[in-house]
Amino acid sequence: MSLKDKLVSNHIVLQESIDADSPIYGIRNEAIKTFEAEGFPTKKLENWKYTSLNSILKEDYNIFPSKEAALDFKDVKQYFLNDLDTYKIVFVDGVYSSYLSETTHDGIDVCTMGAALTKPKYKQVIDVYFNKIAKGESMDALNTAYAKDGAYIYIPKGKVAQKPIQIVHFSTGANDAMMLQPRNLIVAEENSEVQIIERHQSLSDKKVLTNVVTEIFADKRALVDYYKIQNDKLDASLIDTTEIEQHKESIVSVHTFSLGGNITRNNLNFYQKGEYMDSILKGVTIIEGKQHVDHNTLVHHITPNCESHQDYKGIFAEKSTGVFNGKVVVEKEAQKTNAYQSNNNILLDDTATINSKPQLEIFADDVRCSHGCTIGQLDESALFYLQSRGIGEKEGRALLMYAFANTVLSSVKIPQLKTRITKLIAKKIGVNIGFDQ
Amino acid sequence: MLSVKNLHAGIEEKDILKGINLEMKAGEVHAIMGPNGSGKSTLASVIAGKEEYEVSNGDIDLNGESLLEMDPEERAHEGVFLSFQYPVEIPGVSVTNFIKTAINETRKAKGLEDMPASEMLKKIKEKAELLEMDRKFLSRSLNVGFSGGEKKRNEIFQMAMLEPKLAILDETDSGLDIDALRIVANGVNKLKSEDNAVLVITHYQRLLDYIVPDFVHVLMNGKIVRSGGKELALELEEKGYDWLKEEVGA
Repeated sequence: MSLKDKLVSNHIVLQESIDADSPIYGIRNEAIKTFEAEGFPTKKLENWKYTSLNSILKEDYNIFPSKEAALDFKDVKQYFLNDLDTYKIVFVDGVYSSYLSETTHDGIDVCTMGAALTKPKYKQVIDVYFNKIAKGESMDALNTAYAKDGAYIYIPKGKVAQKPIQIVHFSTGANDAMMLQPRNLIVAEENSEVQIIERHQSLSDKKVLTNVVTEIFADKRALVDYYKIQNDKLDASLIDTTEIEQHKESIVSVHTFSLGGNITRNNLNFYQKGEYMDSILKGVTIIEGKQHVDHNTLVHHITPNCESHQDYKGIFAEKSTGVFNGKVVVEKEAQKTNAYQSNNNILLDDTATINSKPQLEIFADDVRCSHGCTIGQLDESALFYLQSRGIGEKEGRALLMYAFANTVLSSVKIPQLKTRITKLIAKKIGVNIGFDQ
Repeated sequence: MLSVKNLHAGIEEKDILKGINLEMKAGEVHAIMGPNGSGKSTLASVIAGKEEYEVSNGDIDLNGESLLEMDPEERAHEGVFLSFQYPVEIPGVSVTNFIKTAINETRKAKGLEDMPASEMLKKIKEKAELLEMDRKFLSRSLNVGFSGGEKKRNEIFQMAMLEPKLAILDETDSGLDIDALRIVANGVNKLKSEDNAVLVITHYQRLLDYIVPDFVHVLMNGKIVRSGGKELALELEEKGYDWLKEEVGA
């Protein structure tokens, strides 16, 4: 049985576990129909032209975890940011781990989607926000059809989350090859602030396919900073869709650090619905071997006087492949838009590939939009300059790669996270020299 | 200190240096002058080890050791320093971070531990003051958005930090106004000692009013065609290079 057939035919098992009167029941039923009609995306679709899922869809994934796996904190400590106080929402093989988590209901809600989707006290928020913007392509629909658990973060009007929130999904291998479909909902009401760090981590060499969907609502003047650490094992693939709706004067940033994994696909879509907003999309990709990272972004400027800033840097070694498909749409009403988009890539080997496709669709006449894309090698004259100061060739190359990526790191607002990312990058490049943090 | 013997070098098929001989002793300042395209910057790059130049004949010794087989960083570890005519801009690396890395990589090559942070900071502060550099300057990205004068001051700042045995200043005066020139020259003079040597490469005599050379060499068409004392520079300033071209038939 194909994975698609398996997902369609097993959907009833999932539905039987909840009350048919609950709103989610109907939403999930609709969604599975959409997925059944559309199936998994193929390279025939314009947005999937450079990314094929064929190699990972052949696997016989377990779609419901049957064995509960317990983890000791000390064994997974390295995957958390430990040098700062945070809330934590942790899942093990798709199942919430209260033992590893630290949630709160003190003024803000940091808890699980499982609770939010089923308990009456969250019904009002779920009715207003759940599945309102995640209506994109079939992978969104598939996630919705299987939406059961994930992170639920609700920051009411005027509240500031006092600690960053870490969302971590572990897969242990106890359930053999696994397909995970976490669903996150982040609602930041007027004048609220929140910082979130998300990570998906496999702990074994069993195949893992994660299809995660995150919906983020930023109301007036809300500040949301979202960081994604993608540094998974070579048997783990990730399809990550993040849908963001912003309102007046809000600022939302999403940083994506793609340093590992098998196939990684990021769909990052911003919809601007109000004036004087800023959307910030940044990414660093450093991969090698046969790894594949695809950034598919959309910034939809619907209203006037808004900004967007996109800066994606990629370093590709060996036979790795990268994709940057970034689209900026400026509607006729969105006058005075400032939209910047930049995608710079370094290919370290002749066998590495980057497909970069910046797109601007502008229907307004009084806007400032720029986009640029570069593909090159490391600057040999800069390398000589470093060597002439006593820095070895290998270290010099590392320093240049680090410097190249650093413009993206400079906007990370959590110092401890910045240090961690710096270390991950230094390790990835294979050298550890006295980098600034 | 430095001994260049019958050096022939070029790029691809083109010969640029055609038999350079140069002897420098510790404590000396030598100037190399010459018209554009005579090979001055090539000589500087070849001594520092730039890979695109091929040495077809001759040798370069520093304190009795041949530099030719060494990588640029190994030459730096041996005490060679090149102040670039066009310093490279590196966004994302601060001046401080760069110099720290350079110093500690050099120490590592010599089997030494990293310089303690407090000592490093003290030294950076001291040398920055010598070059009259603003503190803010040190946290900026290396050479990015620097004026011509700032770039050259930054080069001499690095020289001050690394304390080379042989410093080669390649057109350090180009792009400098008179105040910056004075600051840079003053820095170089303070760093000069009985144990090191300075090779000043310049098109004009102007810099040599401030950094007074013991010897002046004229490079034309890949060869040193005349050597003399500092008065030779004044003569060139007055009369230009054409008379010498005619005399030597270069």
